[in-house]
Parts: sequence; structure tokens; C-alpha cells
Amino acid sequence: MKLFPIRGGIHPQYRKELTGDCAIEALPLPNRLYIPLQQHIGVPAEVLVSEGDLVSKGQVIARRQGPVSVNQHAPTSGRVAAVTEIPAPHPSGLPQPTIVIEPDGADTWGTLAEPITDPFAVDAQTIEARVAECGIVGMGGAGFPSAVKLNLGIRHRIETLLINGAECEPYLTCDDRVMREHADEVIDGARIMAHALHAPKIVVAIEENKPQALAIMTAAAQAHTNMEVVAVPAKYPMGSERHLTLAITGRETPARKLTADLGVVVHNVATARAVHHAVRHGRPLVARVVTVSGQAMRTPKNVEAPIGATVSDLIAFCGGFAQRPERLVQGGPMMGALLPGTDVPVVKSTSGILALTAEEINDRPADPCVRCGSCVAICACGLVPVEIAAHVRHDDLEGAARLGLMDCVSCGSCSWVCPSHIPLVHYFNYAKGALNAQERERRKSERTKTLVEARAARVERIAAQRAANLARKPKAAVGAEEVGA
Amino acid sequence: MIGEPATPSGPFAHTANTVQRTMFMVLLALTPATLFNLYLFGWPAILLFAVTVGACVVAEAACLVLAGKPVSATLSDGSAILTGWLLAMTLPPWAPWWIGVLGAMFAIPLAKHAFGGLGQNLFNPAMVARVALLVSFPVVMTAWVAPHPLFTTGSPTLNEAMTITFAGETPDGVTAATALGYVKTELSRGIPVSESLQEYGRSSALTYAPDLMDLATGFKPGSLGETSAGLILLGGIFLLWRRVITWHIPVMMIGTLFVMGTLFNAFDPTRFAPGFFHILSGSAILGAFFIATDYVTSPVTQKGQLVFGFGVGLLTWVIRTFAGYPEGMAFAVLLMNSLTPIIDQYTRPRMFGRTRKGEPLPVEGQR
Ligand code: SF4
Ligand code: SF4
Repeated sequence: MKLFPIRGGIHPQYRKELTGDCAIEALPLPNRLYIPLQQHIGVPAEVLVSEGDLVSKGQVIARRQGPVSVNQHAPTSGRVAAVTEIPAPHPSGLPQPTIVIEPDGADTWGTLAEPITDPFAVDAQTIEARVAECGIVGMGGAGFPSAVKLNLGIRHRIETLLINGAECEPYLTCDDRVMREHADEVIDGARIMAHALHAPKIVVAIEENKPQALAIMTAAAQAHTNMEVVAVPAKYPMGSERHLTLAITGRETPARKLTADLGVVVHNVATARAVHHAVRHGRPLVARVVTVSGQAMRTPKNVEAPIGATVSDLIAFCGGFAQRPERLVQGGPMMGALLPGTDVPVVKSTSGILALTAEEINDRPADPCVRCGSCVAICACGLVPVEIAAHVRHDDLEGAARLGLMDCVSCGSCSWVCPSHIPLVHYFNYAKGALNAQERERRKSERTKTLVEARAARVERIAAQRAANLARKPKAAVGAEEVGA
Repeated sequence: MIGEPATPSGPFAHTANTVQRTMFMVLLALTPATLFNLYLFGWPAILLFAVTVGACVVAEAACLVLAGKPVSATLSDGSAILTGWLLAMTLPPWAPWWIGVLGAMFAIPLAKHAFGGLGQNLFNPAMVARVALLVSFPVVMTAWVAPHPLFTTGSPTLNEAMTITFAGETPDGVTAATALGYVKTELSRGIPVSESLQEYGRSSALTYAPDLMDLATGFKPGSLGETSAGLILLGGIFLLWRRVITWHIPVMMIGTLFVMGTLFNAFDPTRFAPGFFHILSGSAILGAFFIATDYVTSPVTQKGQLVFGFGVGLLTWVIRTFAGYPEGMAFAVLLMNSLTPIIDQYTRPRMFGRTRKGEPLPVEGQR
């Protein structure tokens, strides 16, 4: 297949060898599981259980509220120990509502949804409803409800389902392992999704630094004529939806549009596998594979952990720390976030837990910008990070926005490459937050303004009408009119 | 809790590259050519080199103290050493000590710290110093000598060198014209370029064969950075290989200079020097790889770097050919430096998903 070049990009130290050959190991059931009601973009789910309830594995314990919200299921059988607030797996570490479950150790499934034996005979809505029911989110990191992305087939004509197995983030090998160990499930899930999207073609894109996954997936896809497995260059941020779409189709997603506008929908490999489980076996998303890595970890591993296991459970399973980590990160090192501590739970979008040493992070105090132009050369979005940062530093957010601040995908490449170690992405994230807040503020005041104007117009209209009536009616009638008003 | 974050957002991985490492690479790339040329021009050149670099470092330290910035941390970035080094490479090797010191004064406090220090200056400090010296002291700044390699007869001893550098007494009969200067003077006397080029080899103090090899290897009068284009080119290729610089500026600059030289030489060889002569003489190669590529004063966009390199090449040729000075690289670099902000503004890359004008791309089928 002919590939198309993407602009810029970097070649960070991948360090995938730390876990690349570690087969997926199941985490022994921890003593307690913590399931936050919100582990995704959108509205938190509503609690259905209360303290003391007995739950079986796969039972819905929190119901979604609207389309951009997902169900949460009991990851194992046991008792609800509490419905309480604990720190969220987010740098802020703010407490959020969480269901705490005490496993009974039996790990027995409850009654599950009926398996759909022939998914290709049912309509798209049935599959979508099943995916929504089973609480599946994008497992590549963003955590967007997958059913919403399967819906795109209704309003757009989808030509290609792109299965993202690029895994361009350093360290992470969970998708690699899933492809190597569960290729058939991934491919089946992908075919079901393509059916729901009415997409005639499926392309599985895998970075060429995963030769085993490429070979296994290619062999597994052989049986399906509408499916192609493609090696894409190992270059960060190849796994970004828009850039992967460009590399495969040669088409650039217009600013403020979706890849679906080009007829392409992108789903992660682990998501495809979850769809297979949901549709073929009626099993909800209650566990995921997490890469636990970093040079401060004693034995890095790929761990299949129930949702709600804490970071400390996983670290203990991997033999604890070999040395004191400088930073504890969830996700990959490029776009991942700092963990507020080890008490936070694994959620559906947790792809990695990294205990990094200072030497791996290699951060240092920022020097002045020497205008080397590296950040400009590598930005896959065609931005001029050095200039945007200068505007942000001078508090000129509009200027920064004019230069494309809002088009920045926060991939982190510019910060990575800067020889002066200027935290460019940190500036951009700050500025985006500030601009979004301003925008919300503006909308709010605009709404208030429209309301006020509407009221003023109404008052005026009434006054005008009254004046007209006054002019028309005989003087004697005025008093009565006023009473009636 | 683990490691209080200095910056809450990622990435949690960084390149091993630093400003310090970059400067070190550039100095390393300059070393072979510098050592060879210091050998060629002997003790006076070594003394001047030391004085110039030393003065730049002292000036930088003084400026940092005055500005209240951390001295040792900033000094260690090596940028002051590089400025001094590059300046020394464009001076007549037997010039008196005060040329180096004055040059440092122009370069560091004036051209760099008056603009706000590293990264803020509009003009290349070493070139500001060189041009300021050339305009102020045209005689001293054009007193070139023929090579007197160390340990050969005629090469000044350390003691003699002291008098040359610190007392400013250049012995009689050693000055010689640079190739560019000679051709220019002869042309002004009505001697065609084609003849003076041949004559040049015979007239130079060491009477080497008049071929381009001399220009490339360095056995000819000139500054440290003008002679031995070959070794400097080697350093430049090293920088390209180590990705300290990109090809855009050097290739465009040398290419433009070569094309202009070749075209006009074909048109009238009596008035215009050939392309090879242009790129191998003067500081064309030094300028292309080490001076025009200065990060701070050249554009950050790649297209801008192409424009910049083209401009420096073109202006160098124009000044060499039509203006009063035989060498125009420094002027050309400064002129283009002044255009850098504008070039950057007009050569921004196209943003992903947008047209050149910044509008979102049309969705296909909805045009
Ligand atoms: S990479 Fe850093 S030093 Fe280089 S231009 Fe960008 S911000 Fe400046
Ligand atoms: S973080 Fe933004 S500006 Fe920096 S390289 Fe990525 S897209 Fe470009």
C-alpha cells in the first residue's frame, strides 16, 4: 500500500524493549477495587448500588447519563464496601465519586447480555447499543465513548475503518501484546465495527517497529479480502488520528472537522478487542491491559488488570520500585499525565503506568530560546511553536490563537526537541485552558445579553402596543385596560 | 508523594541535545581548520586568537554581572567562546591585540547584550564586530600576511610575535593581498580578472602554483577562516552529519554564489571571477556553514532559511563584484539578519488542515 508522508515528527528513545517481550499477565484480584463514576470525557454515570449490596462480575453498577457518558460494571463479584470520594487519576488529584468493591474471590460472572452469534446479520443500532451497554471507551488514551464513534456511520459515508495499532508513544507495548496474543479477537472486533459503520474497507496500521505484531496480524487478516494490515514508519506522533489518516489515505482532515468528514473512522486495537468481547460474548469492559514500565520499576510487565485496581497494586505485582522514581506517569511519556499518587485506580483509558528515573526524563532548567528552529521543523501540525510561545509569554492569547494555538494537538514533540528545554507544551496547555475559559465566559455573557435584549424588546413591544391602544381607544377605557394588563 | 513536579504537563522525555552541546559541536567542527591555520600563520596568530576569545569571555562575564544574571551557568553555554572564535577567524592573523579586544567590545556588549543577551540579538555579533572594525580601521583590517608556518624559516618566534601582536610592529615586506583583494585591485587598474587570477599565484609571497587547490588547502594570504576552505568544509559536513545545522542555508548560499559567479564569468571572463573562485576564496565556506547558520540571527522556518541563504549568497556576490570592498560576506550576513523577522513572518509553514491563508481546508465534495 502506498503511504503518504506526514510533516515533521520525532524519533524519541522508544524503550519498548523493557516490556515488548513480556506476555500479558493477569493481576491477582486485589483486596479492593475503586471504580470512579467518571473515567472518560463527558457526564458522570449515576450510581445504581449502595453500600452492602452484593454484586456479580459484569453487573451494571452505574448507569450512563446521555450519549457522552458510559456505564460502569462490577469488575468482579463481591460486596459494595462504600460509595465515596477518592482522588481521581488526574494530576489535580481532586476527589471524585467512586464505588468501592470488596471482591469475594469467586470472580463469578452475573447474567450477561445474550451473545450476538451473527453480528453481520443484525443492524448497526443493535451493535451500537451493545457497545454502549458494555461501557466501551476509546482505549488508546482519550477515553471517548466508543458507541458515539460508531454512530458516525449514520451522518457520514464511511469508506475506511482505520484500526490504530501504531502505538507511537514510547514505553507502551500493551497494544503490541494484544495484537500478538489476541489477533483474532482484534480482527473480529474490527470487522464488527466496520459492519456497524457500513465501512467497506478496514486498514490496520502498525508502526514498523513491531515486526511480530505485523506478521501475526497480517496472517490473521488474510482470510478477509476487505482488510489490509499496513506497516507505517515509526515516527512520533504517527498514532495521532489525523496524522495516521493522512499517512494512510493521503487526505488531510480540515481544521475543525473530523476524520469522519473524509470518510475515515479511527479506533484503537484494544477497543476493537473489547467490541469483540461485548458482541460475541456479551461481556462488558471490566479489565484492560496496562504496560507497567520505566527504569525505576523492578520488573516491568504487561498486566491485565481489572478496572479499579490501584496503581500501587500494579506496582507491587511488578516487584515494586528498583529505585525511587523521579516521576510517576500514566499513559505514555509524551502525552501522559503525572499521577497524583499511587492510591488512584486504573481506569478504562489507562494504557501505561511509568515509573521514570531522572535520567530517562532528562529534564533540566530552561535556557533562553536560541531560535534553532527545531520545534518548527518537527511540528507535525505545521505550527511555529517558538512564536506561539512568545505570544503566550507576553499574555497575547489572541496572537497565539492566530498562529494556530488551538490546532496544536499537544503531542509534546516541540518540548521534546527543544535544546533549551523550554516547556513549550506547558505554555500551550495553559493558554488553551485560558482561551477556553474566556470563550465559555463570552458565551455566557452573550447568552445573558440575548436574554436581556429579548426582555428589553418584549417590554418595548408591550409599551408600543399599549401606546397604540391608548391612541385608538376612548379615554374612558384606559383604566379598565390597565387593570386587565 | 513522588517528585514534586516542576512543570505539571509533559512530555516526560527529552532529547539529549542542549545548547551547550550544540555550541561544543560547532567549536569541535572549527578545531581542525583553526589548528591548521594557527600553524600556518604562527605565533602572532595564536596570540591574537587567544586575546580575542579571552576578551569575549571576559566581556560576556562582565555583561552578565551587570545584568544580574547567573554568570557561570550562562558562560558555560559556550556562546561567547564561539563568538570570539568566529571573530578571530575573520581578522588579519597578525593584527595587533587591541583589534581583538575592541572587536570583543563590539560583539558582546553592543551586538549581544544591548539586545537582551543570548537569543535576543538581531545581528550576528561576530559579524557586527568585524564590519565595525573594518569600517573604523580599514588599514589594519586589510593588512594581510602570507602564511609563515610555525617552525619554518621566516616564521616569527614567540618573542618576535609579542612585538607584532602587542606592540603592533609588523615587519616590512610580509604583507600580501588576499586573492579577492588582489583581483579587485588589479581590475580597478584595468587588468582583466582572467589575467590577474593567474598572476596572483606568482605574485604571492610563497609563489605557489596559481590553481584553486591553494585556495582550498590554505597556502595563501588571508584570515584564519578564509584560508583552507577544505578543512572548514569538512567541519561543515560534520555539523550537517551531527544535525547541528541543516542543509538549507549553506547549500542555498554556496549554490547562489556559484551560479552567479559561473553565469557572469561565462558572460564576461575579463570582468567577472568564475564560480569556483568565488566559493573557495574569502570566507564563503566559513560564512555558509558557521556564520550564516547562526541560529539566533537566521530564520526559524525552513523555507525562510532557503530565502536567507539565497540572499546571503546573492549579496555576497554583488558586494564582491560591484562594491568597494573585496569581501562581502559579513555585510551580506548583516543585511539578511535585518530581514530575518520579516522572512520568518512570510515563510510560516502551512498549518495542518488549513490553507496557506489559515482558512480550514474545504471538505471534499463540498467545495
Ligand atoms: S526548539 Fe527551543 S530553542 Fe529552538 S527555536 Fe524552538 S523554542 Fe527556541
Ligand atoms: S505540541 Fe503542538 S506545537 Fe508542539 S509539536 Fe505538537 S502539535 Fe506542534
